[in-house]
Amino acid sequence: MSEILNGLKAAAELVFTLDPYLIEISLRSLAITLAAVAIASAIGLPLGALLAVRRFRGRQGAVVLLNGLMGLPPVVVGLFVYLLLSRSGPLGVLGLLFTPSAMILAQAIILLPLIGSIALQVCEDLWEEYSELLTSLDASPGQQIRTLLWEGRHGLVTASLAGFGRGIGEVGAVMIVGGNIDHATRVLTTAITLETSRGNFALALGLGMVLVALALLVTAATRWLTRRGRGMAA
Amino acid sequence: MSGLLPLRLERAILKRGGQIAAGPIDLCIDGQGLSCIIGPNGAGKTSLLKMLHGLLPLDTGRLTWRGDAPRPRRDQGFVFQTPVMLRRSVAANLTYPLRLRGIDKATARARAAAWLDKVGLSQMAGHPARKLSGGERQKLALARALIGQPELLLLDEPCANLDGQATHAIEELLHAARAGGTRIVMTTHDLGQARRLADEVLFIYRGRIHERGPADSFFAGAETPEARAFLKGDIVK
Repeated sequence: MSEILNGLKAAAELVFTLDPYLIEISLRSLAITLAAVAIASAIGLPLGALLAVRRFRGRQGAVVLLNGLMGLPPVVVGLFVYLLLSRSGPLGVLGLLFTPSAMILAQAIILLPLIGSIALQVCEDLWEEYSELLTSLDASPGQQIRTLLWEGRHGLVTASLAGFGRGIGEVGAVMIVGGNIDHATRVLTTAITLETSRGNFALALGLGMVLVALALLVTAATRWLTRRGRGMAA
Repeated sequence: MSGLLPLRLERAILKRGGQIAAGPIDLCIDGQGLSCIIGPNGAGKTSLLKMLHGLLPLDTGRLTWRGDAPRPRRDQGFVFQTPVMLRRSVAANLTYPLRLRGIDKATARARAAAWLDKVGLSQMAGHPARKLSGGERQKLALARALIGQPELLLLDEPCANLDGQATHAIEELLHAARAGGTRIVMTTHDLGQARRLADEVLFIYRGRIHERGPADSFFAGAETPEARAFLKGDIVK
């Protein structure tokens, strides 16, 4: 028990004294996850809106696939990206393995189905409300998609935040493709794994506190945006 | 205005669950004035209006318009019974259809401001449109349908659930649009409103146009027993 209390005390000290190692890892985690969320949102949000608006052969299959991929095991994604980027893989020539870029790619693949599925749900509800109006106003398919993305902006920000929440806590894929290299690809989750195995509980707990704080911040922001969105839409 | 009219439904049939819900209908909308589609509940008034606008795809028959209107819906305005408001300001709801057509922001804003003034909503320009009252929403929906200067305006029960004052305001706007040369076709369950507004009446019964004629002669003496019963206030099965 005292070990945990001492660990928490030391962790708090690291956090409040802005320990450089802690800051470096936290900022790298943030940068990688934000980049992955940006890429997954740039593809996933319009994809969700497109699937909500357009009726085409194979649409139902695409929706099932998108929803199904939400449960994609991160380690499998990590393995897939590893094989893709390894020296003998099709993209090996890019030399991205064990770099933050590889970690961003892996996270973006994990987050895309989640963000796309939430966007689809938001846009399907909106399409039910607006399809006749937009058809009546003769909006082109591109204009319809842009309109849904704007009208659903509060819900779609929530989709991206949900993606951030999942990405920041992800460990399996980033460990495989990043390699947990000090000062290069070490992020909060991989650092916690490493420090725990080393018995350095104070630092592991400090890193954990930052991770939990970020997750709470995201949850609070999600709730605030959802409530604000409901208020605006009233 | 480009050439949309005459707009024609030819042998148009709409089915639901394999059964004919409306039709066969032959109808030509042309000329000037305001036509009211009346009939008992469930007769197919809204379906007919949506068929004319192309919102309900026909199972058989066809919808045609004069050949030189490449995007016929852009020459039409449609007002739904329950106004659908975008989650934006009152002014942005008005500029939206203009921006869809590629009209620049400044021009769209100026035209929206003029229309807001016309419908008495200038003070509400920056307010969220979805927070307007029912009457204000319907005025905004009407302004949004008219801002593109349509050749044909279609309205589905535009005054349903509105109080007398709001109904009067909507009717004034319809008078002005008609005077401006817009051809208007609207459904209504309110016979008093049909008497006040209509130049022509289409009585629809069991999914077909049962009777069509000038409003004066229709209200003075409808030809079919169903229309006479409807005007008397009897239940028309």
